[in-house]
Amino acid sequence: MDIKTLTTPLSEEAVASLNVGDFVLLSGMIVTGRDRVHKYLFSELPLPDEIPFELEGAVLYHCGPIVRREDAGYRLIAGGPTTSQRVEMYEWRIIKEYGLRGIIGKGGMGEKTLRAMKEAGCVYLHTISGAAVYLADRIKRVVDGWKVEEFGAPEAMWLMEVEDFPAIVTMDASGNSLHKGVAEKSMGVYKELLGGGA
Amino acid sequence: MLKLKDGIVELYRKVATSLPSDVENELKKAYAAEEEGIAKEAMGVVLENISLARKTSRPICQDTGVPTFFIRVPRQLSQEEVRSIITAATREATEKVPLRPNAVDILTDRNSGDNTGRNIPVIYFEETGEHVLTIDLMLKGSGCENAGQTYKLPAEEIGAQRDLDGVRKCVIDAVFKAQGRGCPPYTLGVGIGATKDQVSVLAKRQLLKRIDERTGDERIIALQARLLDELNRLGIGPLGFGGKTTVIGLNIDYNHRHPASYFVDVSVCCWANRRGRLVWG
Repeated sequence: MDIKTLTTPLSEEAVASLNVGDFVLLSGMIVTGRDRVHKYLFSELPLPDEIPFELEGAVLYHCGPIVRREDAGYRLIAGGPTTSQRVEMYEWRIIKEYGLRGIIGKGGMGEKTLRAMKEAGCVYLHTISGAAVYLADRIKRVVDGWKVEEFGAPEAMWLMEVEDFPAIVTMDASGNSLHKGVAEKSMGVYKELLGGGA
Repeated sequence: MLKLKDGIVELYRKVATSLPSDVENELKKAYAAEEEGIAKEAMGVVLENISLARKTSRPICQDTGVPTFFIRVPRQLSQEEVRSIITAATREATEKVPLRPNAVDILTDRNSGDNTGRNIPVIYFEETGEHVLTIDLMLKGSGCENAGQTYKLPAEEIGAQRDLDGVRKCVIDAVFKAQGRGCPPYTLGVGIGATKDQVSVLAKRQLLKRIDERTGDERIIALQARLLDELNRLGIGPLGFGGKTTVIGLNIDYNHRHPASYFVDVSVCCWANRRGRLVWG
């Protein structure tokens, strides 16, 4: 299997060169964000300088990790992806407002996000659902957290450094989606199995 | 009762960091069945993750779920006492294993930080004439919890009438709607009966069974076998990447129903089907 390596921040050209089905290994800084972060960014639209981490060209990871607070800072214990579809109503605006170039998650996202990705130049990177320990071993360190107290550790925005973090491009910047393809194919079988009902 | 608390903390550790052998075996079969491609690559990482979690005693998945206990309690033992020991054990396990703190207050949106809160952990008691206390713990991630569905038959939109064929259609519909969002290959629990609350718990209880269990009425066993074949024809595949294995097993159980009601609940569990038992006494 061909492997493409990527380093953050991502350029528009790097994103444009990725296609659905590509296997990638990502290195550099990434940020996390899930339900609370999305609701907050979407509704409050804080200015970039009110957010302690750079989001322009950034890769946002849908992840609520297990993080242990230690004297020297934070230690990541487990950090796999969370279901991306829950932030479908927010993501399009966040991609466009803050200039995200990549979303890491699981399960894929819908039409709104796919359209925003095409318009703004962004890709969806599906990592390995549930592989929390395997993926934690590819997160070198947790640099810092934002809104840790207010949102709680699982829902804070964390800045992390990753090395050779594996993912598969399942939604690209040209408007292609592996998830759409799988859903359409299964729809045919679904209709057949339900007989005249569906 | 200090020792029971330690036993429950250990149960938490075991359930969070390792998979039951029947589940792991089915996942190995799923890996072997896939053709070269991203679904097979992903299943390879899943299997590596399982063994890495066990070896290093870290949670298989960062979502350690809403701790859910199914307890068979002897008559002479106080349920209230068992509940308070579980609460203490949950706090300790959250710190020690560690588990992800997952209990969020509805009104303040604050995370309690220790997996305890209003009716969290979830505990179902059943009194028995036995002399031992049997504690089943389920740590089910909420990505797949969200993928569950409840149906009220008849459901015309999926052509489901009030019979086992209607139940079959509900299960197919639930998996089709879940697609890859709840981390397949899935294990399913299905409950049929009179009330909405009852079938939800019944469905979830089915996830405690070994996935290769084949006991009970032959009509149910036949439906399970047929569904396993049909669901895997949907082609959603490991992690939703498309492929041969979407569901590794399912168990169905039923209660009597009301003449006016026919509820079906489908509980969807991710590949990391984490359950374990402690027998005390």
